Amino acid sequence: MTEPILDVRGVTKSFGALVASNDINIDLKPGEIHALIGPNGAGKSTLIGQIAGGLPPDAGSVHFDGKDVTSLSTAARARAGMGRTFQISSLAMEYTVLQNVVLGALGHRGDVFRFFRPVMKDKDLLARADHALEQVGLEEFRGFRTSELSHGQRRQLEVAVALTLEPKAFLMDEPMAGLGAEGTHRLMGFLGGLKEQAPILLVEHDMDAVFALADRISVLVYGEIIATGSVDEIRANPDVRVAYLGEEEEA
Amino acid sequence: MSIVLLLEQTLNGLQFGVMLFLMAAGLTLIFGVMGLINLAHGSLYMIGAFAAAGTAAATGSFMLALAASLAAAALAGVIVEVLIIRRLYDRDHLDQVLATFALILIFSEGTRWVFGSFPLFLDRPAWLAGTVALPFGIEYPLYRLAIIIVGLAVAAGLFLMISKTRIGIQIRAGENDREMIGALGVNISRLYTLVFALGAALAGFSGALIGALQSVQVGMGEPVLILAFVVIVIGGIGSIKGAFVGAILVGMTDKLGGFLLPKMFGLIMEPAAATSVGSALASMSIYILMAGVLLFRPRGLFGGAGA
Amino acid sequence: MKRETVLNLALLALLLGYPLWAWSVDEPFLITLTTRAVIFAIAGVGLNFALGFGGLVSFGHAAFFGIGGYAMGVLAFHAQSYSPMMEWPFLIEGTKSMPVIWLVAIVVSGIVALGLGALSLRTTGVYFIMITLAFAQMFYFFAISWPAYGGEDGLSIYVRNSFPGLNTMDPIQFFAICYVILLLVLLFVWAAARSRFGLMLNAARQNEDRVQAVGQGPYRLYLVAFTVSGAITGLAGALFADLNRFVSPTMFSWQTSGEIMVFVILGGVGRVFGPVAGAMLFILLEHVLGGVSDYWHIYLGAILLGVVLFARGGLYGLIAGREVAHD
Repeated sequence: MTEPILDVRGVTKSFGALVASNDINIDLKPGEIHALIGPNGAGKSTLIGQIAGGLPPDAGSVHFDGKDVTSLSTAARARAGMGRTFQISSLAMEYTVLQNVVLGALGHRGDVFRFFRPVMKDKDLLARADHALEQVGLEEFRGFRTSELSHGQRRQLEVAVALTLEPKAFLMDEPMAGLGAEGTHRLMGFLGGLKEQAPILLVEHDMDAVFALADRISVLVYGEIIATGSVDEIRANPDVRVAYLGEEEEA
Repeated sequence: MSIVLLLEQTLNGLQFGVMLFLMAAGLTLIFGVMGLINLAHGSLYMIGAFAAAGTAAATGSFMLALAASLAAAALAGVIVEVLIIRRLYDRDHLDQVLATFALILIFSEGTRWVFGSFPLFLDRPAWLAGTVALPFGIEYPLYRLAIIIVGLAVAAGLFLMISKTRIGIQIRAGENDREMIGALGVNISRLYTLVFALGAALAGFSGALIGALQSVQVGMGEPVLILAFVVIVIGGIGSIKGAFVGAILVGMTDKLGGFLLPKMFGLIMEPAAATSVGSALASMSIYILMAGVLLFRPRGLFGGAGA
Repeated sequence: MKRETVLNLALLALLLGYPLWAWSVDEPFLITLTTRAVIFAIAGVGLNFALGFGGLVSFGHAAFFGIGGYAMGVLAFHAQSYSPMMEWPFLIEGTKSMPVIWLVAIVVSGIVALGLGALSLRTTGVYFIMITLAFAQMFYFFAISWPAYGGEDGLSIYVRNSFPGLNTMDPIQFFAICYVILLLVLLFVWAAARSRFGLMLNAARQNEDRVQAVGQGPYRLYLVAFTVSGAITGLAGALFADLNRFVSPTMFSWQTSGEIMVFVILGGVGRVFGPVAGAMLFILLEHVLGGVSDYWHIYLGAILLGVVLFARGGLYGLIAGREVAHD
C-alpha cells in the first residue's frame, strides 16, 4: 500500500451555523487521478481552500508529502509541491502568456530577490516556460497579453504555470469549466498523461470527463464525503445516485 | 497634581472625541456603504465652519449659523457627489484618493480666494458663554459642555437611525451587499447621494461647533480628517460603534496624554526637558495607540472583513 | 525604438539642456527651478517604486522626504554650530559633507520605511492608505514639537553642504550633482523593474493569489519595495533641504505627500520615467500658472481631477500609449 502524497484527515470547517466541511477524510495516491464530485454548494471550494492554504480548518489536519502542512501558508504549501489551478482563472492579466509562465518558473526556482538582470532574458526560466507552454499547446500565444486570451486558453495557461512548479501533486478546481467540447477533449487527453508526472486531485462537474479519467472518485454532499471508490463502485452506489447522479438524470 | 485639572482634561477628551466621532461617522458610513475613501471630507468640515461664520456675521444668530453649516455642507456634498464622486465608485482606491485630493485643492484655494487667508471668527453665543459649576469643584466652560451633550445626542440619533429606520436598514444592507439591494429595488444612486450628504452634514456641523471654539480658516479640516482616519482604523471601517469607541479613545489619549505625559516626565527630568519630551511624545501618542491596535487587530477593534 | 524610450530620452535631454541654456544666458533662477524638478522627480521615482510597481498606495511618503531633509538638517546644524550631536557613549559630530549626509539619509529613511512598512503592510486597501497618512502626520507633529531643531520655524543651514571637488554654491554645479543622482536612481529602478524581483512584485500588484500559488509571499515583496521606496524618497528629501538650505516640518506634511503623488500620477503610474515627466509638468504649472494667479492650486486640482477621470495613464499614457510588455 503506497503512502498517499496528500492526506486530509478529519477536516472540519463551519461558517457560523453552516457546516461547510464535516470531518472530511480524503487522500491522493501517487500516479492516480482522484476526482472529487458533488452538487453545487457541497463545499468543494471550501475543501480545496483548506488543502491549498489560506482557509484554516476548525479541526483536522492536512498532510502533504509526509509533512503536516495544516499551519503552513499557501505560498509555503506551493513551495512544498502543491500545484494548484483556480476555478476562476487567477493570472496576472496585464502580463503576456510568457510572463505568467516565467513567473511560475521563477517562483519555483526561488531566486526572487534579485534586482539587476532582466528576467525575460534568463535562458533557464525561458526554457522552462517554453517547455510548459508546449505541453499545453499555447506556444503560439507566447506574446499575447493574458487579457486577450479566450477563457479556455486561460485555463490552459493556468495549467502551464502549474507545470513550471514541478509539483508533487496537482489540485485542479474545475479545469474543464467553460471549455467547449474540443477544449474538454484536449484537456482530458492531457490530464491522462499528466498523472504520470504527479497525481491529480480533480474537482469537476463534467461527469463524462470524470468517469473517463478518474482512478478513484469521492462524492461530497453537504460537506460530507458520502462515498469513495472506483468509477464502477460510485456509479452503482445507491446513495450517490440519489444525492447526485439521480438529480442529474432527471434534469 | 490637581484632580480638578485631570477631570477637566477628561471632559476635554470627551468633547474632542465626540467631535471626532461626527467626522469619523460620516467617513465610515461613506466607506461602508459606497466603498469610497473620501479625502475631501475635511473640506466639508471647513465649508460648514465658513458657512456658520458668514451666517453669524450676517444675522448675529448662532442657531441660524449652525443650521447654515448643516445646509451648506450637505448642499456641497450633494453637488460634489453628483458631479464627481459618483464616477469614482467603480474606480480603485488610488483614483479615489487622487480625485478627492484634487477636490481638497480646489475647495481650499477656492475658499481662500473668496474669504482670504486670514482666519474668520465665530463667536460663541452669549447664552452659552461662561462656565458651569460641576461636581468636584470643576468650573467647566458651558460651551464645551454643550458640545458634549449635542455630540452625544447626535450619536444617539445616528445609532437609532441606523438601527430603527428604513433608511438605516438600507444603509446596513448596502454595507453588506450593494448589488443585492439594487436588485431588491432600492434606488442606489439616491441612497448614495443621501449617505454622502449625511456624512457631509455631520462634518460641516462639527466644523461649525469647533469653529466657535478655535477659529475658522482654510485648511482647518485636514488635520481633523487625518485624526478621523486614525479613529476609523482603530475602530474598524464601516462600524459606527467602532467610530464612537475609537473617537473617544483618541480624544482621551490626546488630551490626557498631553496633560499627563509632561508631568510624568517632570518626575524624572527637569521641567524644560520634561515639557519638550512630554509634549513631543504626547503629539505622537495617538499614532502610537493606532500602531498598538494594528499590531493585534489589523482590521480595527470592530472591523469586519469588508475593507 | 519604442515611443516610451524616445520620450524618456527626450525628457532627460530637456532636463539637461534647459539649465545649460539658462547657465549660458546667466539665469541662475531657472537653473534652480530645474534642480527643483530633478529633486521632485527623484522623490516621485521613489514613491513610484512602491505605488506603481507594487500597487501600494502610500499617502505618507512625506515621512521619508522629511526624514531625509532632517537628516541633512541635523547633521549640518551640528557641524555649523560646532556642537557635537552626541558625546557619550560615542562622539558623533555633525558633518557638512554631502556624500555622508546622503548615506545617512538613505539608511535612516530606509530603516524607518522598513519599520513603518512592517506595521502598515499587515493591513490592506483603505486601511493602508489611512495608516501611511497617519504615520507621516505623526512625524509632522513630532517635528513641530521638538524644539532642538527649530520646531515649527524650521532650521536654516547657512552654507550649502560640500561635495569634494565642486563648488556646490554654484547653481549649475549643484544641478549637475542632482541630475547625476537622478540618472543613477533611474538606472537602478529601470533595472529593478525588469528584474526577477520586478516581475514578482508587479505580479503581486495584479494578483496576490497568483503569486502565492507560485510559492512566494506578497508581504515580503511589498516590504522590500516599500523600504527601497522610502530610501529613495529620503535621498530626495536631503537634496531638497540642501537646495533650499532650509528644513522645516512642512516637509512632513500631508500636502507634501499629496504633491509627491501628483508627480507620479501626472507622468503615469508605473512607468519608470513617469515621475520625471510629472515633476517637470508640476514645476512648469507652478511657475507658469503660479505667475498668473496666487490661487493656482485650483487649476492644479482641476487638472489632476481631469487626469484621474479621463487620462488615467498620465502623460506617458497619452503620448506613449499602453506599456509594451518586456518580451
